[in-house]
Amino acid sequence: MAALLESLLHSKVELGEAVLWLRGGRHVYESQNFPFKFSKEEFVPFLLNFLRDQSSQTLTHGPTTPAKTPSTSRSVRTQDFSRRGNKSTPVQTSRSGSRVQLFSPAPSVSPVNERSEQETPFTGSHCLSGVSALSSPSFSSVWSPAPRSTPSERRSAQRPSLGDFMTSPPETQHRGRRRSGVFGGGAPGRQTGSRGAEEGVRWDGGGRRNRGVGRTEPVSPPAPVQLNFNNLEDFPPVGAAQSSPVATKPSRRINPTPVSAERPNSKPKSCFTSTPLSLPASPPAIPESDGAKLTAGSPHSLQEERELLRRERSKLAQQASSPLKTTPAICTPTKTVHRQGSKVTPDPQSPCPDPSKVTQKSELDLLAELYCTCISENLVPCVFLELFFVLQLLTSHGVSVSESGEEGISLCEDSPDVLEKAYLGNVHNCVYFSVRVLENQFELVSHLDKCTLRLLSENERVGTFSSSLKERLAQAQDNCTSKALPSPPLFVHSVPFQPATDNRSNFSSDRAFHTFKKQRDVFYGFLREWEDSHKEPGWDFEAALGSRVRMMVSQLTAAGSHSHFARLFQKQLIQMCKGPCVLGSSSDAPDADLLGMLGADSLGRLKRLQQRLVQPQGLIGPCPPPSFPGHQEFFKCFLQTASCCQLNQHLKDGLCQQLLKLDEVSILGPDASPARGEETGDGDMEQQDEKQRFSSVLLTARLLAKFLGFISFLPYQTSELPSRDIQDTAITLRSKSSPVLDVCAVLRSSLHRRRTILTVPWIVEFLSMLDYIGPLLPFYRTALCLLLQIYKRMVLGRGGELCYMNQLLMVAVLGWLFQIPIFPEDLFFSTDLKEDVKELENIPSSQGLDTLPLVDQQLLYTCCPYLGEFRKLLAAFVAGSTSKSGGLIRKITPTSAELRGPSTTRSQQKLQVDLEQAFFHNQPPSLRRTVEFVAERVGSNCVKHIKATLVLELVKGGEKTLRDSLGLEGVNTAKLNDSICAQLCDAGMQALETATRFCSENAPGAVRVLLPLETSPSVLTTAESITTRLATEKACSWLSSNITTLLKREWKSAFDRVMKTVPSSISLDAEEVEGSSRSQQVQKSTSGLSAGSSCVSDCTHKVPLGSQVMIEIKEVLSVAVGPRSDEEVYTVHQIESLLDRVGQTLGCKKLLSPVVEQMLLRCTVQLACKLVSGELPLVSSAEGNKRPALLEKFLVLWSQSPSPPLHLLLSEPTLTAILSATDSERTDYLFLIRQLIERGLLGEEEVGTNWQKLSALSWPAESAEKFQQLSLGTQFPLPSLPNHRDILQVSQ
Amino acid sequence: MMDSVSGTSAAVADKRVNQMQICRAEYRAIGRFVEQLRPTRQSMKTLQTQFPHLPPSTLLSIFSQEYQKRMKRSMPRHHAPDVIKAYYQRYRSEAKTRPSAPLLLELAHQVDLSPALLARLMVECFLEERQASVASRHVLNNMLREPYLIPDLLLAKHVEQCTVNDCCYGPLVDCIKHAIGLEHEDLLRDKLRETNLSFLDENQLRAKGYDKTPDIILEVPIAVDGHIVHWIESKASFGDDHSHHTYLNEQFWSYCNRFGPGLVIYWYGFVSELDCQRERGILLRDGFPSDIVSLCQGPARSRV
Repeated sequence: MAALLESLLHSKVELGEAVLWLRGGRHVYESQNFPFKFSKEEFVPFLLNFLRDQSSQTLTHGPTTPAKTPSTSRSVRTQDFSRRGNKSTPVQTSRSGSRVQLFSPAPSVSPVNERSEQETPFTGSHCLSGVSALSSPSFSSVWSPAPRSTPSERRSAQRPSLGDFMTSPPETQHRGRRRSGVFGGGAPGRQTGSRGAEEGVRWDGGGRRNRGVGRTEPVSPPAPVQLNFNNLEDFPPVGAAQSSPVATKPSRRINPTPVSAERPNSKPKSCFTSTPLSLPASPPAIPESDGAKLTAGSPHSLQEERELLRRERSKLAQQASSPLKTTPAICTPTKTVHRQGSKVTPDPQSPCPDPSKVTQKSELDLLAELYCTCISENLVPCVFLELFFVLQLLTSHGVSVSESGEEGISLCEDSPDVLEKAYLGNVHNCVYFSVRVLENQFELVSHLDKCTLRLLSENERVGTFSSSLKERLAQAQDNCTSKALPSPPLFVHSVPFQPATDNRSNFSSDRAFHTFKKQRDVFYGFLREWEDSHKEPGWDFEAALGSRVRMMVSQLTAAGSHSHFARLFQKQLIQMCKGPCVLGSSSDAPDADLLGMLGADSLGRLKRLQQRLVQPQGLIGPCPPPSFPGHQEFFKCFLQTASCCQLNQHLKDGLCQQLLKLDEVSILGPDASPARGEETGDGDMEQQDEKQRFSSVLLTARLLAKFLGFISFLPYQTSELPSRDIQDTAITLRSKSSPVLDVCAVLRSSLHRRRTILTVPWIVEFLSMLDYIGPLLPFYRTALCLLLQIYKRMVLGRGGELCYMNQLLMVAVLGWLFQIPIFPEDLFFSTDLKEDVKELENIPSSQGLDTLPLVDQQLLYTCCPYLGEFRKLLAAFVAGSTSKSGGLIRKITPTSAELRGPSTTRSQQKLQVDLEQAFFHNQPPSLRRTVEFVAERVGSNCVKHIKATLVLELVKGGEKTLRDSLGLEGVNTAKLNDSICAQLCDAGMQALETATRFCSENAPGAVRVLLPLETSPSVLTTAESITTRLATEKACSWLSSNITTLLKREWKSAFDRVMKTVPSSISLDAEEVEGSSRSQQVQKSTSGLSAGSSCVSDCTHKVPLGSQVMIEIKEVLSVAVGPRSDEEVYTVHQIESLLDRVGQTLGCKKLLSPVVEQMLLRCTVQLACKLVSGELPLVSSAEGNKRPALLEKFLVLWSQSPSPPLHLLLSEPTLTAILSATDSERTDYLFLIRQLIERGLLGEEEVGTNWQKLSALSWPAESAEKFQQLSLGTQFPLPSLPNHRDILQVSQ
Repeated sequence: MMDSVSGTSAAVADKRVNQMQICRAEYRAIGRFVEQLRPTRQSMKTLQTQFPHLPPSTLLSIFSQEYQKRMKRSMPRHHAPDVIKAYYQRYRSEAKTRPSAPLLLELAHQVDLSPALLARLMVECFLEERQASVASRHVLNNMLREPYLIPDLLLAKHVEQCTVNDCCYGPLVDCIKHAIGLEHEDLLRDKLRETNLSFLDENQLRAKGYDKTPDIILEVPIAVDGHIVHWIESKASFGDDHSHHTYLNEQFWSYCNRFGPGLVIYWYGFVSELDCQRERGILLRDGFPSDIVSLCQGPARSRV
């Protein structure tokens, strides 16, 4: 491999041959001119590592100035070497840097050896930066061309020593910790074993940012690193074999890790991606390189190496994922970097890349060509990772001019070994190379978002090195129409209750129903609590909610309502998490907007302001490990905490079912016979709809797949890769049971039907959740191999522009999958992919989704948010290039709490849209489907109709005008053409009016027919008007953007037609198209309920409220029963009017509940009792006795009411009171009773019975006598008299 | 005449609207003031003089809720068997000496117990004494509602005095509250009809098998103050912290969880600080909103 590159660089082999070889389908390219017999899979990783290594120095940090010998400088390089080394061990890297310098600053301390020499002046900086600074921290590849330093030396340079942990002053410590955190967490994008540690992954950013630190504060104290006693590297076994003499440097207190026997692959682990692992021992071409390592390493079988490496890695992963290490990727603030008068080395002017200073152009061209071929042919594991690397090169700060002229670089350049030359050793070369690659990969680049393109085109380096690229970029930016605006978040946050599925009949028992009722609320309670507090420091899901979650889930089990809950859970998940994640990432958006708006230039002006408000922001690189952003985290934590197998099973069932359903969803292609002109603009409107539908389906499927994967592999998750034995056992065990989802079958079927654009992205999400063993199972390995095959064949651009974006999405997600931690490292470059895919070879010609232009930029960026890293990188450069800070800065928005403006500022239109969403929320889902369907059809029909009528007529009219005008003399046909065309276009705007009319005429009827007859009128009306609106909007928005084009085209053909047959002139009357618009159908909505029944026919229901009247009576009664003051008296009039009101109230049944009615009547009777017994204080009226009239009111009231409790009048307390009352009052009483009997309100017997009670009373005789007299005196009605008399007599 | 009156009252009502949302500080002030009050009409008058800017119904509602809290707090103190017995004995002995005095009422005031509750306890004791068994709840309730059923005339009189005077407890108060609740629900329905909003009410919802039923679910949602409203719950009481939180947990969140955001009307006002869950779907009002935006009837939509 090295030989090949060497031969190429020596021009012994034609570049073209190599490119052909790379492009060739077979592994081995047979050509006389191409004598090499290894596979592309071996060469590609070599090349990638070579480039990383080459650039490491430039990329990582500033000056390695004092490097005295090539070897040292290289060792430095090596150390940073594969920064991409996702698979490398970042933690160590960072440590190495920091710790070395602890001891280094004092040259005297260490005995004179090359190392101390090297380190003395700049170690700090170097190390610091080395550590962190490298943009791509991979240690070294198995075979790294440059490094000649002995492994131990390199190692020593990398490792922290105990001293590191003791000395740092707080300030630096802070920084250091962060840095280490940065690396610890993320370096190995893939290394981060635990999925929970995503935040930590910021290796790139860390590196770049810290570069500045290194350069400007060379002697800053070492950055402390978390001490990990389990780390072999930090605390190697004492006495471990040491393979290199240098390792025994006196300055070391701890023996460097043995390289040889125990850890033969210390090198490979650092390699770029997974590559070197699968590489055989290093080629003989460079025998000297890393001799020790190689010899140590080579005897081992590849398997063993992998094994060891894996262990090592998982160890690191564990560290990385440990809370301590995953300090969120906050990096050193740029401000601190640039303190005035920062020490030893004054900050050198950032070297300004100059095309004229580029050296070895031809070799760079050659490398670029090779590299581009690898990228174009999908020979690299992740295309976007390479693009990121290229952009890093572009934005590298590199070695300052003055310093680069010195030994290190120049030495390299003079090196006789072509592979030893530093092709990317200076910033000029890096930028040159980068620009070459960008030019070559322009198509790919041009599909990035507008903001990235803008930043790129305004990048001064691009301009300097290739003005044509700059122009093309600017152009591409203009052409870039897609808006990257995320759709507004849904405001409805709950899953609607649907009686059809949620009411009692869907549950086995009342108990289950009611338990679930509670659980629904409890679940939402958790959700709210999580929303409120999960961002608070120290909040922990398990601690805060754990026991409650489990209690709830155990109740589920008791009630057997898992299926219900699973459904609720799934729906809520989709509801909240389907769209792009707004939560948490909101801080990025404004920046992007700002950049997009202002552009790089203007942004520079904000520099000063920004510097006051900066806070470093980590780049996470284009391949972050899988994460659960936003609300997804809640659902993840919930499942983890609940750890309920029944629930998980139900969820799996549900998720699988819905996934497969979604996977089958039919998305329509463009019409088989598209009418002319429909391809204009944004494409046909139906196509737009389908695109939206597709994107919705895809996003949902991806979400569900991720959770399905999460639940399925949850039982097997381990924090690290288990040991080999356990692996084998697990594999044997697990390969017996069938997987939750037949991924391979789904994939194959999808390939067969050409629906990979839908299937692959969600399968990727599913597989990204695999545990460490998962990919080793034959089944999933097969699936991964299938994906690899798909990826390798998915060469961008080969499918034509039509589905370039489709392919781009797949390449992006697949490339990402190949970089995350669980993806087996040896898989990508393994040469023995036996999985031959028939489906890939002979795909039936039938049209599938893959041939439809379904993906747009918005969807791409939604699915792959990490593509935004390009923008961040470039933006960081803009900021950095002016501020000279190496870090990426982010504005702190002091007002961030109010980012989302108060809801009151929502525009009315937005409100209407919200209302519409809300309307559908509690309606059956079919209503929405119907409305959307009808709207879409009507809108589409409307457009067709207008094409067929209006456009045709207009063009005809135009034709006539043309013919007429042609008859005139001296006409300028060109002018005529233009003017008619303009007229037509003007007239065309009435299409909108016509469309509105068409839709409002046709949509309501259609919806009405399709909805159930029982739909309530107002729902129906609303549905109709929504349909009308949607249809109108669809039609009008298409028309307004396309009608002109359409007319122009139609007119052009008509014009041509006419011009061919000029002589004929038939006079036709221009048809005027009516522009009258009919008034919109007036919508009538009816009220939901008929008014109350059984009132008086002309009742207006405007009566005093029962409660009010009752309160008044209560007041009167309370005065009556006392205690009362002397002022508390009533007039007859007051009582009368109260009674009037009671009467009114009782007269209107609308508001009257039986209970209230009874109570009111009871109160009136009580009142009457108090009145006749004289307990109610009445002021006597001057106008004589009005009491009979008052009593009459009572009588009237009661006679109109059903069953007033008149027996109260005859109750013992009343009678007792009457007896002690005055005569007139007693008269009133008897009058009342008599009247009641007369009017049939009281039965005589009833009176009699009650009267009988008197006998039981120990009335004083005289009282009874009085009473009798009274009753006689008032002449009781005859029939009843005897009875009473009897009674009275008895009582006497 | 009628119109002008209602017009005035409407104006008064409007004026009130501003004053029905009480800030927590003021609510606490009222709370402190009513701490010493007894649940009688006299107390209500004092209260109204003290806080003349608040509608009497709001004051009554606040007083009633605070008083109920007070009673709940002191429940253990009064409900110990020996304490009850002591009360009863005291009543009995005083009844012999001065039967015409409002004995129970006085006693209630002295021990700071709701007269109606005391009356209930006394009737209970009386019945136990007479029948040597615990009276059924039903019988007890009937006797409180219809004191004449109490075999002891004097006790009946005193009980009536208690239940009629008590403005926070008792059958009459319960019935009034019940009526108020119904009336406001009905008022809500009327307003909705007036506004041409169609809805499903509680009964219809229950018939459909909903597990939680707000007073109203709008068939077509509306927006109030920029917030979507799917359901409306009518509360004919004052929304204080305690009651609101109870309602939130037992009702409002449940409605939200099922039907989306909604509106709660506290007809007698509420502590203004409680209206803080708007973004989460619970909007508070102290009357039927006049600023409704409805779907397709809102401010003219821009039709392309």
